[in-house]
Amino acid sequence: MEHALSLFVRTIFADNMIFAFFLGMCSFLAVSKDVKTSAGLGVAVIFVQTITLPVNYLLQVHVLAPLGLGYLSFILFIAVIAAITQLVEMIVEKVSPSLYSTLGIFLPLIAVNCAIMGGSLFMQQRVLLDPENVKAIANLGDAFAFAIGSGLGWMLAIVCLAGIREKMEYNDVPKPLQGIGITFITVGLMALAFMCFSGLNI
Amino acid sequence: MLSKQTKEAFLGPLNANNPVLVQILGICSALAVTVQLKPALVMGISVTIIVALANVVIALIRKSIPMRIRIIVQLVVVAALVTIVSEILKAFAYDVAMQLSVYIGLIITNCILMGRLEAFAMTNNVKDSLMDGLGNGFGYAMILVIVAFVRELFGSGKLLGYQIIPDSWYEAGYSNCGMMLMPAMALILVGCVIWAHRSINDKEGK
Repeated sequence: MEHALSLFVRTIFADNMIFAFFLGMCSFLAVSKDVKTSAGLGVAVIFVQTITLPVNYLLQVHVLAPLGLGYLSFILFIAVIAAITQLVEMIVEKVSPSLYSTLGIFLPLIAVNCAIMGGSLFMQQRVLLDPENVKAIANLGDAFAFAIGSGLGWMLAIVCLAGIREKMEYNDVPKPLQGIGITFITVGLMALAFMCFSGLNI
Repeated sequence: MLSKQTKEAFLGPLNANNPVLVQILGICSALAVTVQLKPALVMGISVTIIVALANVVIALIRKSIPMRIRIIVQLVVVAALVTIVSEILKAFAYDVAMQLSVYIGLIITNCILMGRLEAFAMTNNVKDSLMDGLGNGFGYAMILVIVAFVRELFGSGKLLGYQIIPDSWYEAGYSNCGMMLMPAMALILVGCVIWAHRSINDKEGK
């Protein structure tokens, strides 16, 4: 339990998906124009990550590893992710149309969000680590902690950036740097700020 | 020899329509693998090969793919190609493959691939698609090489692992800029490259 908690906090701050690994950058830059939409996308990412990562964990540990089919993992993982996003989209549409109208447009985007695929690929590496290591994913509980942590970290990052960009509308930025250029530099400075979490130890 | 459209498909992505700088696609891996020049080169070549081949395959079967499941078909084609490249890298360039770690697998979700397949290969013939894939791959590799060149040269004083900055400079008090090795600098550098690219292109446009 203690290990899962430590992994959870580490994944949000020190091993943040955006600032440490640059995963999910494309939608991060494209959708972070206002806080409300980015919060919606953030929730959708947490949602899909929390479902796909444990499923991929079970597949990796109980199917791929015992049969020695490690080289099939790319195809299997992406198929699981694509199928689950499709499924989630259909279920949300049936059960809660209001949630669908906020999340709906983002769900297809998430199938190709690198944060989701990256989470599963990191999980595949971390399963092999020594259980004492803080980064190790030793059981299903750890896989859930890693999934929720990485999703939350991603959401935190996109909401922060959207807040900054909303304020930055009023700034006088050199013309060629406007838009995407200054956004990159902002994210760079945010990444520097997040590096102070790297010494974090629980 | 080549028709105008084919030429445009190849040359456009190199500058005016660069996938990284203008279309803002494939950023994740562009930033993560650029600490050193060698992994950046390998990554650029791998992506070029995969985009070109995936474009060709999708252009060949584009008429028989049902519209509703096209995303899954595209993903499976790309995932199969990436698996092949990843196995080849593990066999012949193990060190680099380990350095690139998950980012090889992440070529599958690289937006350049899905973007080109959706926007170009689904509607164009095989030859144009091949050129478009090559152009976009080279455009992407070019940015990777520029960023990696700056980061490796100033961050560790080396290029491709060979020392460039002479020892006498270090004795005279020069020291490497450790910040270049941090993830944050990759973002700031790409921001600066976009800045330069935009201001040059705007001047040409006027």
